[in-house]
Amino acid sequence: MAEATYPEELRYHDQHDWVRIEGEEAVFGITWYAQDSLGEVVFYDPPEVGASVQKDSSYAEVESVKAVSDVIAPMSGEIVAVNEELGDAPERINEDPYGEGWLIKVRLTSPEEAETLLSAAEYRKLLDN
Amino acid sequence: MLAAIGVDTVAELFDQIPEPLRLDRPLELPEGLSEAEVYERLAALAARNADAESEVCFVGAGMYDHYVPAIVDAITSRSEFLTPYTPYQPEISQGGLQVMFEFQTAMSELTGLPVSNAGLYEGPSSVASAAYLAIGATGRRRFVVSRGVHPHSRETLATYSVGYGAEVVEVGLEDGLTDAAALAAAVDGETAAVILQSPNFLGAVEDVGALGAAAKEHGALLVVACDPMTLGVLEPPGAQGADIALGEGQPLGNRLDFGGPSFGFFCATEEQIRRMPGRIAGETEDVDGRRGFVLALQTREQHIRREKATNNICTAQALNALGAMVHLAWLGRHGFRELGELLVRRTAYARERLAAVEGVELLHAAPVAREFAVRLAAPVDRVLDRCAERGIAAGYPLGREYAEYEDGLLVAITERRTRAQIDDLAEALGAAIAAERVELVNQGLTNSTEEALG
Amino acid sequence: MTLTQTPMQAERAETIYEKSKPGRRAAVLPDAEVPETPLEQLIPQHLLRQEAPRLPEIAEPEIVRHYNRLSRRNFDLDSGFYPLGSCTMKHNPRLNERVAALPGHARLHPAQDPRRAQGALELMWLLQESLGEICGLPHVSLQPSAGSHGELAGLLLTRAYHAERGERRTKVLAPDTSHGTNPASVTMAGYEVVKVATNERGGVEMDDLRAKLAENAGEVACLMLTNPNTLGVFDENIEEIAALIHETGGTLYYDGANLNAVMGQSRPGDMGFDIVHVNLHKSFSQPHGGGGPGAGPIAVSERTAPFLPRPQVVRREGDNGHGPFFDLDFDRPQSIGRLRGFQGNFGVFVRSYAYILSLGADGLAEASETAVLNANYLKAKLADGRAGERLPIAFDRHCMHEFVLSGKPMKDQLGLATLDLAKRLLDFGFHPPTVYFPLLVDEALMVEPTETETKESLDAFAEAVERILAEAEDDPELARQAPYTTPVRRLDEVRATRRPVVRQQLGEPA
Repeated sequence: MAEATYPEELRYHDQHDWVRIEGEEAVFGITWYAQDSLGEVVFYDPPEVGASVQKDSSYAEVESVKAVSDVIAPMSGEIVAVNEELGDAPERINEDPYGEGWLIKVRLTSPEEAETLLSAAEYRKLLDN
Repeated sequence: MLAAIGVDTVAELFDQIPEPLRLDRPLELPEGLSEAEVYERLAALAARNADAESEVCFVGAGMYDHYVPAIVDAITSRSEFLTPYTPYQPEISQGGLQVMFEFQTAMSELTGLPVSNAGLYEGPSSVASAAYLAIGATGRRRFVVSRGVHPHSRETLATYSVGYGAEVVEVGLEDGLTDAAALAAAVDGETAAVILQSPNFLGAVEDVGALGAAAKEHGALLVVACDPMTLGVLEPPGAQGADIALGEGQPLGNRLDFGGPSFGFFCATEEQIRRMPGRIAGETEDVDGRRGFVLALQTREQHIRREKATNNICTAQALNALGAMVHLAWLGRHGFRELGELLVRRTAYARERLAAVEGVELLHAAPVAREFAVRLAAPVDRVLDRCAERGIAAGYPLGREYAEYEDGLLVAITERRTRAQIDDLAEALGAAIAAERVELVNQGLTNSTEEALG
Repeated sequence: MTLTQTPMQAERAETIYEKSKPGRRAAVLPDAEVPETPLEQLIPQHLLRQEAPRLPEIAEPEIVRHYNRLSRRNFDLDSGFYPLGSCTMKHNPRLNERVAALPGHARLHPAQDPRRAQGALELMWLLQESLGEICGLPHVSLQPSAGSHGELAGLLLTRAYHAERGERRTKVLAPDTSHGTNPASVTMAGYEVVKVATNERGGVEMDDLRAKLAENAGEVACLMLTNPNTLGVFDENIEEIAALIHETGGTLYYDGANLNAVMGQSRPGDMGFDIVHVNLHKSFSQPHGGGGPGAGPIAVSERTAPFLPRPQVVRREGDNGHGPFFDLDFDRPQSIGRLRGFQGNFGVFVRSYAYILSLGADGLAEASETAVLNANYLKAKLADGRAGERLPIAFDRHCMHEFVLSGKPMKDQLGLATLDLAKRLLDFGFHPPTVYFPLLVDEALMVEPTETETKESLDAFAEAVERILAEAEDDPELARQAPYTTPVRRLDEVRATRRPVVRQQLGEPA
């Protein structure tokens, strides 16, 4: 994805991760800024379905040629699905970070955590600083 | 230059070092010498070593007196291979990177495993690195190791395991081979790796496939240390179910050098590629479509992954791996196999000759490839001294590391050990043992005389 | 910009396997001279390899040509300036190769009886003594095979030291500027890394150090530093730092990568370090070999001496009027044990000892002085003109033997990354400095000229940088597409890592 975008309907974590809340479940991924800083993603090893993730903790790693980045969970939950396609096509994280580049889907355990997250505007402001 | 910097003296540049820490005297080392004088000093030191040019060397124990062809020296002494750094700028390092790729291909072929790195320090620490990989792969921290594995490897593994927080369990030998029943009993669901060596330290060829079943059953990795010079004639670990095959690379293209530098080779299954230690060269293309090579999978390594790296290795043994590749190319497909056959046959001959010597018996009768163990009917160190007087380094005393084989001697064969030299060895051993026995008798006579007179 | 290809670029990289032809060979082996017993009579059939491994089949002249041609696709230190920060690419004297090749050294078996290896053991002992004097720490082990091996040794020594005192410590402190091997070694030694911040002068941030020590009271086993550090500056607080860590009972570890700045000027032992590793392939002229071999001997203080690796090379007094006897001492009950086979990279010891003999006390001190002079001179040159504007020094003070520039202004103003500058330098016949390290500095460029470069060499480098920046003002794309003249141009590292091809696919066995 060439242009920086930060969809309005998502919530953002200051460690450059996004959340799409879908009722009791949520989808996580990394932001445009994160994939741009990382460079071309070469490897992503998804966590196990059934594992639990903790807000502010790392649940996976994304690798480019020259860097490894921890992916931080914006909210807590239990993993219900992982994006298996990324094993063969990790570059989707760069090409479509909010769509085909989604990382995991969780059943939220503490939905109120969403209040600590940033809006698109707030996240953009964070980046400008 | 000082003007450009803006100081008056070089000493000012050292002002950033606090006064109390400045060394206020010259180093207590001699003054520098001319090149000729340095040469004389080093030559004088060298002259006080009994090396394999002045003695016939039957000592092995992991490092062997093979013939390294002259082209190895010619190529490894080239500035372009000798003096550059690790190939972090691949555009100007295609020579070194391609050598790594060729080397990786060769070691992969020899061991029967698809992934090889570009080398580690030497054999024993490679075992410790395999153990670290096994921890990462299985999440377990227990290793089961045969006593047939080189004592240095086992000791090194023990040292590293303190850092790993891992437990090491040793399994003994029976008639020169790993005790299969004991091994099977020792492996459990907490075992990260089973570590074997073939040929083992006593020279015996182990049935790695059969022994390895215990590892498979419990989901442990099978790690096999092997002798690269035997891989032309012995079934490679990869074909016997090994997850990792590694070992001391010195026999390939490297001198004895009193123990180093040499290199360790390290090969594994595809599954382990992202956990591999050390440098790995990978093939790719440049912007114009030219074939080229780069350091691949660098995110495993310390300069990127830091505390989560698959290993802490930075500088390894690249030049030594180059020597190995050149040697392998020189031997070639058929030469390498012929050399293996020669080693096996000459070893068989030597074993037979020695077994026929009065006072020498085989320590075990298991099949051997290039090294074998005998027991002597006289103190091993005294026999070795007598042989040394005749210009023969007869072998490696086993009693050092195997209390149960105090009278044991390990004899190694290379293509440099001629039939005549082997015959000499047999004769020398026989003579030495006989002389020791006479001494013993004389001593006994003296003692009884003293007693009688006393 | 279009170019016709250079001859090397036009030459397709062919591996030695692709040059093979069945039936060709180089080696003539001696006759077996013994009965040609079928192997299956000596070793069980199922343990024998059925097919000869698919090694190359190629004659000797072709082997030589192949590797000679390959060698020319390498840039090397003997051919040009190689200012890799942290690597100390100083000239490798050829005398060292000559003495290392003497049969008395080269053909000596490591298990030779010490009585018949006195020359080798004495050489090791003399090297130990020399390194001990240079480092200011008397107890030396030559066993570690590289710097990171020495780091692991030092951490295991620390572990043994605390274990003996009944203390269990779990953390090791390291600055955010530390070389990657430091934290990697920490994990292998079973500790957790805690980062310490750097202050605006480039040294350890003392408040942060105190805070981290307090937060982790009783848990800190060791602080790993290098001094001068990876920013090329000497930490003037080192005495206080040493006192702080010693107060808590931890050890202070010195990464010897930067020893070249202080030989004969200051000694890590005097600074308060307990354990030092020395990179013989850096300060002591062992050739880098394209990635080794090297050696990483350690020098330690009394505290950790009992735990040094086994065996130790010792000097025993001779008896009966004989001279001293040099021996391998295995009787070390508190030793951490072995770190590797036999006694270490002896061939490297020979070269480094020859180097120390050649330079002597005066020469070593002069080497450090000149290394520091050269670095400061080059830094001053690069502070002028365009380089001064676009590549400012990260920490503005006299450096020691190396310095770090930041390419951030260059990136912001010209759209040129440090990587692009590095690639364009290749076209000018220079090996670039270290790039993107230390991580603390944005678009870092770490420059270490070493003492074996002439003023002309340094001037030429500074001029090249100036020219590249001037080019970039007109046409930044030039550097972004560089290099143009190297045997291959920019390589697709993404592809190499996404779908790794790490060996040649060989044809079916005959």
